[in-house]
Amino acid sequence: MQKRVHYNSSYLPYLLVAPQIIITLVFFIWPAMQALYQSFLLEDAFGLSSEFVWFDNFVELYDNPRYLDSFVRTAFFSFAVAGLSMGVALFFAALADRVVKGAQGYRTLLIIPYAVAPVLAGTLWLFLFNPTLGIMTYFLDMVGINWNHKLDSSQAMGLVILAAAWKQISYNFLFFVAAMHSIPKSLIEAAAIDGAGPAHRFRTIIFPLISPTTFFLLVVNIIYAFFDTFGIIHAVTAGGPGNSTEILVYKVFNDGFVGLDLGGSAAQSVILMFIVIGLTVVQFKYIERKVEY
Amino acid sequence: MLNKSIIAASITAALLSGAANAAVEVNWWHAMGGTNTERVNKIAADFNALQSDFTINAVYKGNYTETMTAAIAAFRAKKQPHIVQVFEVGTATMMAAKGAVYPVEQVMNDSGVTLNKSDYLPAVISYYQTPEGELLSMPFNSSTPVLWYNQDALAKAGVTDAPKTWDEVSSVSKKLVDSGMKCGIAVGWQSWGLIENYSAWNNIELGTKQNGYAGLDTELTFNNKHVTANLQRLADMQKDGSFTYGGRRGESLAMFTNGDCGMWINSSAYYGSIKGQAKFKFAQAMMPYDSTVASGPQNSIIGGATLWTLRGHDKEDYKGVAEFMKYLSSAEVQAWWHQQTGYVPITTSAYKLSQEQGFYQENPGTDTAIKQLSLNTPTANSRGIRFGNFVQIRDIINAEMEMIWNGSKSAETAMNDAVSQGNKLLRKFEKANK
Repeated sequence: MQKRVHYNSSYLPYLLVAPQIIITLVFFIWPAMQALYQSFLLEDAFGLSSEFVWFDNFVELYDNPRYLDSFVRTAFFSFAVAGLSMGVALFFAALADRVVKGAQGYRTLLIIPYAVAPVLAGTLWLFLFNPTLGIMTYFLDMVGINWNHKLDSSQAMGLVILAAAWKQISYNFLFFVAAMHSIPKSLIEAAAIDGAGPAHRFRTIIFPLISPTTFFLLVVNIIYAFFDTFGIIHAVTAGGPGNSTEILVYKVFNDGFVGLDLGGSAAQSVILMFIVIGLTVVQFKYIERKVEY
Repeated sequence: MLNKSIIAASITAALLSGAANAAVEVNWWHAMGGTNTERVNKIAADFNALQSDFTINAVYKGNYTETMTAAIAAFRAKKQPHIVQVFEVGTATMMAAKGAVYPVEQVMNDSGVTLNKSDYLPAVISYYQTPEGELLSMPFNSSTPVLWYNQDALAKAGVTDAPKTWDEVSSVSKKLVDSGMKCGIAVGWQSWGLIENYSAWNNIELGTKQNGYAGLDTELTFNNKHVTANLQRLADMQKDGSFTYGGRRGESLAMFTNGDCGMWINSSAYYGSIKGQAKFKFAQAMMPYDSTVASGPQNSIIGGATLWTLRGHDKEDYKGVAEFMKYLSSAEVQAWWHQQTGYVPITTSAYKLSQEQGFYQENPGTDTAIKQLSLNTPTANSRGIRFGNFVQIRDIINAEMEMIWNGSKSAETAMNDAVSQGNKLLRKFEKANK
C-alpha cells in the first residue's frame, strides 16, 4: 500500500510550508547572518565607522585566556546543572510513579518551578543565600559555615548551579514521569511476581526503558545550561567573584551590551551557534540511533 | 513646600494643556531609579509648566548601562532621544562618537542660550570638556566618594575623630573590631574609590597621556607600588575583619546601615539612603589620603552622570534642549536637587544658595563632597579619567580585585593583570575610533 500523499497542484505544498519558512528566515536565519557579518567587523558603539577585519575578532578570542577559561567553566557548569537537575528529577519521578493517592497533586506542585522566570529564580535563591540578610546564610553560620558567595568562587558556582538546576527539575520530571507511564504495566508486574524489589525493577527495567528520554533530556539540559541560565547568573552573581561564574553566554552579553564591543560579542555568539548546531547533530544522528530499547 | 509646588505645577500644566498640543516634544532618557525618578519627573514637570513651547518627556530606561545601551541601539535604528543620561565611565565612548553627539555648548550657542561656564565647579566640568575647553555634556548628577562613619561606634571604640589617612583607617578599623564590631570598614564601587579616586586624591597618575585626556594612545599605569601597597594592606586587614568586602556596586550599604561595619567609603549620594536606614548617628568625612604618597589630599574626581545631546533631530527641538539645560542648571533647581539627593551642586551659585538657605548648618557634613572636589585646582592626575572601553576595564578591575580579596592573587599580580588586560582594550578602542 502506498502511503505517500499526492498533491495535484505544484504550489500548494510550498504555500503550506511558507509560514514556517518565513518565520525561520526572519527570526533565525536573518539574525544569525547578521551576527556572522558583525563578527567580521570592528565597529565603534554607534556604528559610525566600521572596518572589515576578517577573523581578527576570532583570533583575539583565541588569544584571550579569559575566554578560554570561560569555555571550561561553561562545560563544567552545564554538566553539573544537567546532572543535578536530571538526577533529582529522576528520583522524584520514580517516587511519583509509585504514588497512588493524590498523584496529580504532587505532580502539579513539582511542575510549578518551571513557570518561574530564570531571573526570578535567581533572585529567590539570592535572597535565601544573601551573605548579609539570607536565611540560609544564617543557618549555615550556625553550623559553622561562613557563606559569602560574593567572595568565594566555589560557593558562587555552587549557588548558580543550584538555582539553575532547581528551575529545570520540573521540566525533567515531566518527561521522566511521561516516559515511565509509557512502560507497559505488565512488564513491571511480571518482574514483581518474579520477586524483583522496587530498586531492582528500577535498575533493570525502568531505567533502560527510559534511556531515550534520558538522552534527549541530557542534550536539552545542556543547551538550557548554555543559554537560558543567563537570567540566573545575571541576578545572582553577575559573573563574579572574579570571573568565576562568567559562562559563555554571559560573556556575550557583557562584552556586547555592557562593553559595547559588538564585533567581539558577535564572534562569541557565532561560536555558540556552532556549538548548538554540533549538539543538535549529535542528538539526531548519533544518540537517537545508538539508544536501543 | 514640595507638595505645594507640585500642585502649582500641575494646575499650571492643566491650564496650559490647550497650548501644550503645539509644544515641541523633547525626549529625555534617564537612569534615575527609585525616589529619584519622582525627582526627575518633578524637574521635567516644573519646566513644562514654566513655558509652553516645549514639553520634556522624562523616561526611565533602567540602570546606567541599560540606559546607555538603549540610547546607542536607538541611535543605530534612528530613533534616538534628544537627551540621554550617561554615566562618567561612558564619557570616552560618547566623546569618540563625534557624528552622534551634539556638544551641549554648541547646542546652547546655536540656540542663542547663554552658558556661563565660569559658574560651574572646575572639578565637575573638567571631566566633560575637550582639551580645548568645550563642554560636551551637561553635568547633572555628580557625586564623589566620601568616608561615611558610624559616630556611635567610633565613640564606643574610643575614637574621637574620623581617620584622615589610610594608616589611621587601619588603626581605627582595628579598634572598631576590638570594641566588638563585626567589621571595621567596607567600600562600595571599589574601582572608583580605591583606584580611580585613590590616585586622584593622592595626585598620582592612573594612566599615561594625562589619564587619557591627551590622546587615545594612553596606557594604564595603576599597577604602581602605591595602589598595590594600599590594596594589599586592605587584603591583610581582612584577617581580623578590619576590612570586609561587600560587592562591586553599592550593596555594602546594608553592612554599614545595619551596624556591622563602622566605616564605609562610597558616594556622597548615599546620604538619602543612609539617613533613611541607619538607626545610629552617622557623619561623613573626607576620604583618607595615603601619607606615604602625598603630604595632603589633592582633589577627588566625580562619578555620576551627565546629559548628552544626540544629533538627528530638528533645529527647533534643540532650542528646547538648550532651554531645558539652562533651566536644569539654574541655581534653584540645582540646590534643590543637591539637598534632596546628596549629589553635589554643579555650580557655585547653587552651592552658595544652599549655604544661604542654611542647609549645611542643619545637616553638618553634607558639603564634604563639594569641599573634596574643590579642595585644590585639578591637576592632570585629578582632573578626571578618559579611557575608552572603560566600562569593560572597570569590570576587569573588579574581577581582579575580587581575586585579591579572596586570596587567589597578590595585589601586585592582580593589578599587573588588570593593567595588561585593560591596555588591550584601550588598543582595541584606539583602533576602532581612529
